[in-house]
Amino acid sequence: MTDTNLGVAAPETLRAAVWAQFRKHRGAVFGLVVLGLLILFSILGPLVWAPEKLTVVEALKSKNLGPGMSHPMGTDQLGRDQMQRMMAAGKVSLAVGFVAMIIAVFLGTLIGVLAGYFKRLDGPLMRLTDMFLALPLIPLLLVMVMLFRDKLSRQLGPEMGAFLLIVFAIGVTSWMHAARIVRGEVLALKEREYVLASRSIGATPRRVILRHILPNVVSPVMVAATLGVAEAIITESVLSFLGLGFPPDFPTWGRLLYEGLEYMQMYPERVIFPGLAISLTVLSVNYIGDGLRDALDPRIRGR
Amino acid sequence: MLDARPVPKSASPLVQVEGLTMHFPIYSGVLRRHTGDVKAVDGVSFTINAGETLGLVGESGCGKSTVGRALLRLYEPTAGRVIIDGEDVASLSPEALRKKRPTMQMVFQDPQASLNPRMTLSRIIGEPLDEHTDWAEAKKLDRIHELMDAVGLNRRFANRFPHEFSGGQRQRIGIARALALDPKFIVCDEPIAALDVSIQAQVVNLLEDMQEKLGLTYLFISHDLSMVRHIADRVAVMYLGKIAELSPRDDLYARPLHPYAEALLSAVNEPDPAIAAKRRRIILSGDVPSPANPPKGCNFCTRCPKVMDICRTVKPDLAEVEPGRLVACHLYTNTSAAGSTGAPEATERNQQGETR
Repeated sequence: MTDTNLGVAAPETLRAAVWAQFRKHRGAVFGLVVLGLLILFSILGPLVWAPEKLTVVEALKSKNLGPGMSHPMGTDQLGRDQMQRMMAAGKVSLAVGFVAMIIAVFLGTLIGVLAGYFKRLDGPLMRLTDMFLALPLIPLLLVMVMLFRDKLSRQLGPEMGAFLLIVFAIGVTSWMHAARIVRGEVLALKEREYVLASRSIGATPRRVILRHILPNVVSPVMVAATLGVAEAIITESVLSFLGLGFPPDFPTWGRLLYEGLEYMQMYPERVIFPGLAISLTVLSVNYIGDGLRDALDPRIRGR
Repeated sequence: MLDARPVPKSASPLVQVEGLTMHFPIYSGVLRRHTGDVKAVDGVSFTINAGETLGLVGESGCGKSTVGRALLRLYEPTAGRVIIDGEDVASLSPEALRKKRPTMQMVFQDPQASLNPRMTLSRIIGEPLDEHTDWAEAKKLDRIHELMDAVGLNRRFANRFPHEFSGGQRQRIGIARALALDPKFIVCDEPIAALDVSIQAQVVNLLEDMQEKLGLTYLFISHDLSMVRHIADRVAVMYLGKIAELSPRDDLYARPLHPYAEALLSAVNEPDPAIAAKRRRIILSGDVPSPANPPKGCNFCTRCPKVMDICRTVKPDLAEVEPGRLVACHLYTNTSAAGSTGAPEATERNQQGETR
C-alpha cells in the first residue's frame, strides 16, 4: 500500500506504524505478555510439568493437599494434581473462548453490516436478531446438545465433537449484541460523505463496505470481541456445570471453578487459581483490544 | 472578476436536464404509510454547455445539493431526464452507470467528511483508479503523483492521513480525487462553504485553473453569491425546488428579473461605500414554505413583494423572456416585450414595481 519509489516518503509500512503505536499502550503490552504466558502455560506446561501417575491408594492418600513443593497448586478431592489439570483446562478454555468469539463476532459483523447497509435486509435481519435475543439460551443449548452430541462424538471423537458443538453453540447464541452495535454504526457511517464520494466514483456496494465501512466499525467490533471472549469462557463453564459440555473428567477452567466451589471454605486455592486464570485472560484480552483499537486509528496513531 | 476566459465555448450542451424531480417520501402514522413527499426538487430543467460553468445559487434547503446529487444519480430521481454527454444518466442500468461514472465526478462540501479518515492520501486519490482501471501499482502511483502536482500538494504527503491536513489541503485532495479519471463534468457541491475566506479564493482559483487546462464543465453549487459571480458563466437561482431565474452572469447581477433573484442579490455586500450607501436592501418577510407542502401557485407567492392574484393560483413556467434569460414569473408572461427594455439599472427595479 505504501509505495515509496521517490525516496522522499517515509518508508514506514502500516504494520510497523500500528505496532509502534501498540507498544506505546502500556496496558496492551501488559495484556499481550500475560496472555502469552497463559498460552505458554497451557501449551508448553504439560511438557515441563508431568507428575508421575499415582495408584489408587497413593491418590487417596494425597487428596485435598494444599499448595506445596510436590503439588504447586495442591491436589483435588481425588488426589489429582491441580496444576496439571489447570494446564489441560487452559488449553480448552482458551480455545473455546477465542474460537467462539471469532464465530460470534464474524456473524455479528456480517449481519450488522448487511442490515445497516442494505435497507431491504434491515427489517428481516434485525427481527431475526430480536428473535435470537428472546430465545431462552439454556434450553436452546440443551436441545442442541441433545440432538447433535452423539452424532458428532461418533464422527469426531468425544472431545473434538464436544468442542465443536460447544464452540458453535456459544458462537451462534452470542452474536446479537455485536450485530446491533455494528448495525447502528453502519447506519451512521453510510451517510458520511466519503461513502457518497465512493459511490459517485462508481464503487460497488461490496467495495464500499470493505474499503470504507468495515475499517471504520473496527472500534465497536473490538469491544464486542474482547467482551465476547470472557463471555464464551463463562458460558462454557456453565454448560459443563450442567453436564451439557465436555465429559465430566475433562477439565476446563470453568469446570475447575465449579468443582472447587464445594470446597471453597476449606481449600480456597481450589477456586482462586481457575478464577484468577479466567480473570487474567479477560483482562488481558480487553487491554489488547483497547490497544489494537487505538493502534488501528490513524488519528490517534499520529500523536 | 470579469476576466475573459479562453475556454472554447461550443454551443453543444454537455449536460441537459429536463424536468428533474426528486421527491423524498414521508412515512407517518403507526403503519408507516406513505402520506406525502418532500418535494426537494420539482421539475428542474437546464443545460450546461461544454466548458461552461453554471452557478446554482439559493438559500439553504432550496434543493441545490439535491440537484447536484440527483444529477450524478447518487439519489434515484423521481422523474426527469439527465443527459450527460449523450446518455441519459437517470435511466442507465447499474453496470452502464458504473461505466459512465468516470465522465462525471463530484467535489464535496465538507472536506473533512468526504475523506475516509483511515485511508492514506494516495489511497484516497487512487480509489477511482482502483475502481476503473487495471493499471499496475507503479502506473497508478505515477498518476497519483501527477494529480498531486496538479492540485498543488507535495508528493511527500502521499502516505499521510486526512487528519494531518488543513481544510484547504483536504479540499485539494477532494479535487484531485475528482480529477483522477479525467472527467468532463464536475459537480462542485459548495466546495468552499466549509473553508476560511482566505482559502476559498485559492480553491476557486484552482478550480478555474483546472477548467482552463482540462476544459472541464462545472455545476458550481453555492450560496456565496460573490464567489458565483467570480466563477460562473451563467447562474441559476433556485427557490424551493424550482429554478426561479436562469441568466447569464453579468445580466443577472446587473439586473435580476425574478423578484426572488432581486431580493437575493440585494443581500450581496458591496465593497464600494458610495454604491453601498445607495444600495436598496430588499428584506423578505416570512419563512420559506415547507417543501412537503408548497403553495398552490408560484412557490414564491407567500413572500413576493410584487405578488399578484394569478401568482397564488397558477404556477409560472420557466420561459425565455430575453435572449438567454429564463425566468419563471408571471410578471413577464404577459408583458415580456415591455419588461425587456434596456432601461438603466438603477431605476429598473422601481419601474418594474410601478408597471404592476
